[in-house]
Amino acid sequence: MFTQILFYLFATVLVGAAIGVITARNPVHSVLFLVLAFFNSAVLWLLLGAEFLAIVLVLVYVGAVMVLFLFVVMMLDINVEQAKSGFTKYAPLGLVVLVIMAVELAQVIWVRHMGMISADELAPVAADYNNTRELGLLLYTDYFYAFELAAVILLVAIVAAISLTMRRRPGLKAQNISSQVSVRRQDRVRLVKMDSEERQ
Amino acid sequence: MIGLAHYLTLSGILFLLAVAGIFINRRNVILLLMCIELMLLAVNFNFVAFSRFLNNLDGQIFVFFILTVAAAEAAIGLAILVVLFRSKNTINVEELNSMKG
Repeated sequence: MFTQILFYLFATVLVGAAIGVITARNPVHSVLFLVLAFFNSAVLWLLLGAEFLAIVLVLVYVGAVMVLFLFVVMMLDINVEQAKSGFTKYAPLGLVVLVIMAVELAQVIWVRHMGMISADELAPVAADYNNTRELGLLLYTDYFYAFELAAVILLVAIVAAISLTMRRRPGLKAQNISSQVSVRRQDRVRLVKMDSEERQ
Repeated sequence: MIGLAHYLTLSGILFLLAVAGIFINRRNVILLLMCIELMLLAVNFNFVAFSRFLNNLDGQIFVFFILTVAAAEAAIGLAILVVLFRSKNTINVEELNSMKG
């Protein structure tokens, strides 16, 4: 009963925050609504017993990705009124797509009822069950290559983001370290042969 | 009691809202990126719910990797957006038509 109340409470706030994301006039408000949506999802994942992923969602998404979004939204000087002036000409098409998708999803979730999954109740877990440890055991054995590939993907993302946004200004006075280090003696020093002068 | 269908319905509503957001906000690229994040969240919801109700942790591993790829995607997408704004001085989708698409 208590779980039910919690589920409906956080699900309502989650849907409200999602509506806020897509209808807010100011992009900063949209980002803040998205943060609220991620927090509520994390709580719902906690209710499902996925503790590790819930904390990762808060740390990685709210802590890093959304702050990045906020930085970019505040850094770019966007004309709010011009950026959001009513619906576009694609709104009727969008409505049709939405209705079709809603009918299909309802068909899958409610009508066909998923006979193979007898899942009306959560399976009880043992008292010493540790979600993080089980995930770690799986991640570092069966999925180890995928884990390393994920690390490479993050590295590629870092390199791509830096190389995209790095700006080379002309006329900037800076040291060229490599040419300084690789300079040789004969490039800089010129020995001049000259006779000694006579005594006055 | 809260069953699998409740969680699937919730994630379906989230996904539909994100699709609606893409159609409503066709002018601002940042809002499109945020709607994509919302869609990924809905998909992750499905993975977590199925993983829990089928007693199979592989779904949660998948969510882990989706989070990784989504973080990389957000970083590169926002970098492209910054470069775009620097060169065109706008992020309005309808003005980004120099490739005649």
